[in-house]
Amino acid sequence: MNKAGERLLNGIVKENPTFVLMLGMCPTLAVTTSAINGLGMGLSTMVVLALSNAFIAMLRNIIPDKVRIPAFIVVIASFVTVVQMLLQAYVPSIYAALGIYIPLIVVNCIILGRAEAYASKNPIIPSLFDGIGMGLGFSVALTIIGAVRELIGAGECFGVRIMPESYVPCSIFILAPGAFFVLSVLVAIQNKVKIAGEKKGKDMSKIGSGCTADCLHCMESGCADRTAPAAEKEGE
Amino acid sequence: MEVSARELLIILISSSLVSNVVLSQFLGLCPFLGVSKKVETAAGMGTAVIFVITLASLVAGVIYKFVLIPLNIEYLQTIVFILVIAALVQFVEMILKKYVPSLYTALGVYLPLITTNCAVLGIALVNVQKDYGIFTGVVNGFATAVGFTISIVLLAGIREKMEYNDIPESFKGMPIVLVTAGLMAIAFCGFSGLL
Repeated sequence: MNKAGERLLNGIVKENPTFVLMLGMCPTLAVTTSAINGLGMGLSTMVVLALSNAFIAMLRNIIPDKVRIPAFIVVIASFVTVVQMLLQAYVPSIYAALGIYIPLIVVNCIILGRAEAYASKNPIIPSLFDGIGMGLGFSVALTIIGAVRELIGAGECFGVRIMPESYVPCSIFILAPGAFFVLSVLVAIQNKVKIAGEKKGKDMSKIGSGCTADCLHCMESGCADRTAPAAEKEGE
Repeated sequence: MEVSARELLIILISSSLVSNVVLSQFLGLCPFLGVSKKVETAAGMGTAVIFVITLASLVAGVIYKFVLIPLNIEYLQTIVFILVIAALVQFVEMILKKYVPSLYTALGVYLPLITTNCAVLGIALVNVQKDYGIFTGVVNGFATAVGFTISIVLLAGIREKMEYNDIPESFKGMPIVLVTAGLMAIAFCGFSGLL
């Protein structure tokens, strides 16, 4: 079971999809208006990620190489539909708050990225734990971002008032512009760490720099080798 | 569902400006950040997005109304839409390459990039969620894509100017673009008075 533990830790800390790899930014920005929404989105993504990883690992020797991407998408979309129906039935409040972003989990590049990079090459159990680890990392990150935005923007955390009465909430932080500012500071901190690390001669190539071009295609052009995304080359 | 011209105008304005697809819905963020270095490429991307989203809204609307509803399998919309959109873009690319090479050279490089862009799938789903008919859905898709083009071209314009600015080391690259996008989002909040 050592392998399982290693995969979990890898997803939460070493290759945290949000803080280190910078994947799946659309949902990260859109649903983190409060800590609870962030957590809901994170956990939904985790379930889809773990199940689709396990399923794809199970079918990895059956799926022909040429049609693997459409096959992965069908698997992922099926699990997303299942999760969507479960949320609608049991936690309608979260379902209403997340709205359109639940079906859009399909195009979250973390999921296809993991399917392509890990699950299609590894056995079921490690793939399952890889999915859970990555999903937990995503949940932790979304909850933290959501908590920060909620704290500054509404003076609350998980709906509980934290700031003193006299604090005037800076409501721009729970609106759209706030999302961009929070993410901007996050990437700036990441850059700082990266620059400091490079000076010490560490290998920092794993650290991403924001999604480029296409949510699904970024795993072809970016996620694996995020230093030279195809789209930017075309743009130059 | 019949809609009056007035309602269509409201959809046009609200989808393109008030609830801008990137700046307030966060859909299509990846091309928005990735392909906005130059005005020219941004405009190319924008045109391709208008083309694909309008077409995809039409096809998704038709399939929803004439296949999914009669068969009572509306819950399969996510799976069906994503496959249809991916196939559609491939198909359009092939047709353009063969019959309209001039358009292909203009849009070609951008088409594969938007195959599975979350904005394309997002609009198809929004159209269903809001119960728009096929025609209204197409108008909504077109307006949303125009909103995308407006914001990506504006951002590219600002980024071109920003090249010459002295930016703190750790804010270079993506962070400063995100700050710019945030400021643009604030500006776009001003449009909410329009309706």
